[in-house]
Amino acid sequence: MNLVSFLGAVEIGLVYGLVALGVYLSFRILNFPDLTVDGSFPLGAAVAATLIVAGVDPFVATAVAVVAGGMAGLVTAVLNLRFGILHLLASILTMIALYSVNLRIMGRPNVALITEPTVLTPFEGFGLSGLYLKPLVGFVVVALVAACIAWFLITNYGLGMRATGANPRMARAQGIATAKVTATGMALSNAMVALGGALFAQMNGFADITIGTGTIVVGLAAVIAGEAIFRVRGVVVAVVACLLGSIIYRLAIALALNADALGLKAADLNLVTAVLVTLALILPGARNPLKSLLKKGKRA
Amino acid sequence: MIRVEDLRVTFNAGTIMETRALQGMSVEIGAGEFVTVIGSNGAGKTTLLNCLTGEVPLTSGRIVIDGTDVTAWPAPRRAALVARVFQDPLAGTCEDLTIEENLALAAARGTSRGLDKALTAARRDEFRQKISRLGLNLENRLGDRMGLLSGGQRQAVSLVMATLRPTKILLLDEHTAALDPRMQAFVLDLTRDLVEAENLTTLMVTHSMRQALSLGSRSLMLHEGRVVLDVTGDERARLGVGDLMALFAKVRGEELDSDSLLLS
Repeated sequence: MNLVSFLGAVEIGLVYGLVALGVYLSFRILNFPDLTVDGSFPLGAAVAATLIVAGVDPFVATAVAVVAGGMAGLVTAVLNLRFGILHLLASILTMIALYSVNLRIMGRPNVALITEPTVLTPFEGFGLSGLYLKPLVGFVVVALVAACIAWFLITNYGLGMRATGANPRMARAQGIATAKVTATGMALSNAMVALGGALFAQMNGFADITIGTGTIVVGLAAVIAGEAIFRVRGVVVAVVACLLGSIIYRLAIALALNADALGLKAADLNLVTAVLVTLALILPGARNPLKSLLKKGKRA
Repeated sequence: MIRVEDLRVTFNAGTIMETRALQGMSVEIGAGEFVTVIGSNGAGKTTLLNCLTGEVPLTSGRIVIDGTDVTAWPAPRRAALVARVFQDPLAGTCEDLTIEENLALAAARGTSRGLDKALTAARRDEFRQKISRLGLNLENRLGDRMGLLSGGQRQAVSLVMATLRPTKILLLDEHTAALDPRMQAFVLDLTRDLVEAENLTTLMVTHSMRQALSLGSRSLMLHEGRVVLDVTGDERARLGVGDLMALFAKVRGEELDSDSLLLS
């Protein structure tokens, strides 16, 4: 693996670190298996790219993308909490609806951003080439978001959110409005994923309708990898583990694709990811907290 | 302190599964009273507690707590007035959170939770001091996961959690039923001490006739969603476990079974 593919893997790992944080919040903290991310990731990309092409400031465009992601999370939360649709199905409904929404937003399946200003543009004057600049900016953004989430989870409100996911009945008895807290968490989770999508579009110079496919599995892979490597209990370390998990996972993928002996092509990426996640869930020695949520009949 | 008027709760109304859990229950409990509640399965004991906490919606009736009509209040809002300890030690705490995190959750019961740090040094000191009173040597394990504690330890911590914030009412739902006899005695002593120290209005559901008579100042017997016996003072003091069993059997329209007397 050369430097270019190493930095490329770190960069994409950081961007998907935001997805991992979102998945951690919905799956682990709220105990809410949420597939909306497959729609909210391209939603973030679509909103940011379309606005930038229309001449909107890239930072404003990114902020709007984040809000749009939050709304997508709210839709899933309302379908589940207000109308009682099973959480998994509620999130699939939002996800499938977002496919059409994203096409409508972009007006076509693909929007190019190569010649447009992005959130990276203001930093290009510092003499760093895109090769180093992208991972650096990615790192700063992701570190900021992770720090905010880690702080959030140890506040009174965040603690209430963790109780809501872990024991909703107890949470209500302690005066926590569990439905509102769940909705807030879902909005927050999908807002982070949309931020990931917006950054992805700007770093890669395009938004495409298909980039959302398998986002959830990649996010899960990152969370599982992080939790398997850092066997941790505390939330702050768990947040860091999500990010490192995402980067390590991307590096592992890059290594696998670069190893000629394996004969893998870039097109095999989703298959490799699916196999890795499956192995993490079924291997007898592999113990991770997501196992109970993702396997049938094993709920405690 | 608590006034319930003509409470009626019907589950699955209009279906073949229709259950009338409460059928016009009225009772008034004064401030600082410690009331024990007995009754057979399905008598409506737990439903009564669930109505007070707001977990079960009323079919009809009214609940007034400390002069305020709370009938329409949802469960989270009532948490400011009502603290509860569940029968199942797993139900009242979060096993994946640490002991101090559980305590912090309870210390904010019924207040608005903001973006301020949940565990401050001052909070930790307060928790350590309250937990050390249990004498269970848990004060040095505040950072341990709740799931590592035994059922009895968890119930003891649950009781402390229930009294961390000022509360109008304490509800105990067979909170010693899942414990071994030694731990039962410990948790009951702790209950007595805490209720006395904080002068709490308390409702304790129990299946043990002995507990029902030895604790508190008043006993209620429920049957088919109504109060069928309400004893206090001298009348209660004269009652023995045998008398209570006899009344219990009579209410249920059964012949007194001498076995149940022996076993009580």
